[in-house]
Amino acid sequence: MKTYVREILSGAASLVSGLGVTLQALLSRPVTVPYPRKKIAMQPGYRGHPVLTRDFATGILRCIACGTCSRMCPSRCISVTGTQRNGERRKSPQTFVLDFSRCSLCGTCVEVCPVSGLAFSHTCGMAVRSRAACVLDLVKLAEESSCTNTVCLQK
Amino acid sequence: METIITGTSGILGMAAVAAVIIGFVFVNATALGYIERKLCGHFQRRLGPMEVGWHGILQMPVDGIKLIAKQLIAPRNVAGILFYLSPLLALAPVALPLLVMPFAPRLQALDLETGLVFVLAMMSFNTFAVFLAGWSSNNNYSMIGALRSVAQNISYEIPILLSLLTVVFLARSLSLRHLVQVQEPLWFFLQHPSAAIAFIIFFIAAIAETNRSPFDLPEAESELTAGFHTEYGGIAFALFMIAEYTCMFINCCLATAVFLGGWQGLWLPLGAYGSGLVFLIKAYALMFVIIWCRWTFPRVRFDQLMNFSWKYLIPIGLGNFVLAALMTKI
Repeated sequence: MKTYVREILSGAASLVSGLGVTLQALLSRPVTVPYPRKKIAMQPGYRGHPVLTRDFATGILRCIACGTCSRMCPSRCISVTGTQRNGERRKSPQTFVLDFSRCSLCGTCVEVCPVSGLAFSHTCGMAVRSRAACVLDLVKLAEESSCTNTVCLQK
Repeated sequence: METIITGTSGILGMAAVAAVIIGFVFVNATALGYIERKLCGHFQRRLGPMEVGWHGILQMPVDGIKLIAKQLIAPRNVAGILFYLSPLLALAPVALPLLVMPFAPRLQALDLETGLVFVLAMMSFNTFAVFLAGWSSNNNYSMIGALRSVAQNISYEIPILLSLLTVVFLARSLSLRHLVQVQEPLWFFLQHPSAAIAFIIFFIAAIAETNRSPFDLPEAESELTAGFHTEYGGIAFALFMIAEYTCMFINCCLATAVFLGGWQGLWLPLGAYGSGLVFLIKAYALMFVIIWCRWTFPRVRFDQLMNFSWKYLIPIGLGNFVLAALMTKI
């Protein structure tokens, strides 16, 4: 009889405390957003496709078209061509073609770059209609955006 | 039998009352469905329906149109007419208890001397519909769901009757209208300790009786796909859902009328009609608690379900009933 009553009371108490937990959830702010119209901030560690970065001071692309990234790439999806512009000692990239359909986002290119010329973007949701559209020219992308941060956030 | 809503008499008046009640069943189920989905979202820290209309307010009507537009697919070897009959059988009886529900002093379609018995009898029909649906579907999941439903309803009908009997003893009446009127100074829930215990028993048993989580074994998704309505789609499924929500609402109305003082508790203009708002607020508050319980507690096992009724609710209900009987005699 004693255990019977104790069981009822402790059971009721645990049920009520459970209701308290869900009531707290009900009264707190929702953590989701209605996606296409509202977006949450991207995590800083997110790995989008690699992008070329710019120098803080001058704003020019850091890449010197040395081709280390393309040689180290395990998927062989990077090809770089470079030229020496008039009056400059360093080379600049003319095209920096990344076949994103083959890229595994391993990060080797970002690691090996001697001048920190590559970084991961925060681009996500890159649905395209053909394989050809996956082939990105990072120089063109960098020219389209005027971002001067170390990490270009947008295409 | 006189209709209490003023200005309604004769066949036309009856037809008007019937139209209002059937309309109310559908509107109420739509509103409750929306409230349920919205609350479910917020209990899980989501937003719930947001797309159709302001904060998704038109989601349920749009879903209803979609369900009506869908083809009714019957699997091979279903039990013919019974398969199509059971969704209708689920819906038809649940509208009737609203006839005798005393929403306000002058807002009751029909005041039966035995209103309480009428409500309980009509609510039991739902079990028939569930069993018929499960049995006629020619599907093992449906069959198991239906069998569970019958076992569950037999077990939980008893505590419901015991708890209501306690209050009937105190009020000495079976008419719902009279039951509300005798709570004039103080609600039964506050007036009498055994009525308070009876209310808790009734509320738990009512959740089980309407096959709601945590007692939703007849439609346990993880075990039985969708239980008794596995084979139903389109409007047939919608009718089952409307019946389920109406059942819950009627149980809340019953608890409001019998234990929580019905329309009493707040002075409102046009009291004879306006106090219906108080009644509805109380009933919807109870609905909120049912939804709250659903998104809090995990589903019980079948043996736990049976134990809970036979080892706890029924003995306590019986003891409570005897206590009430003694207290009214002394």
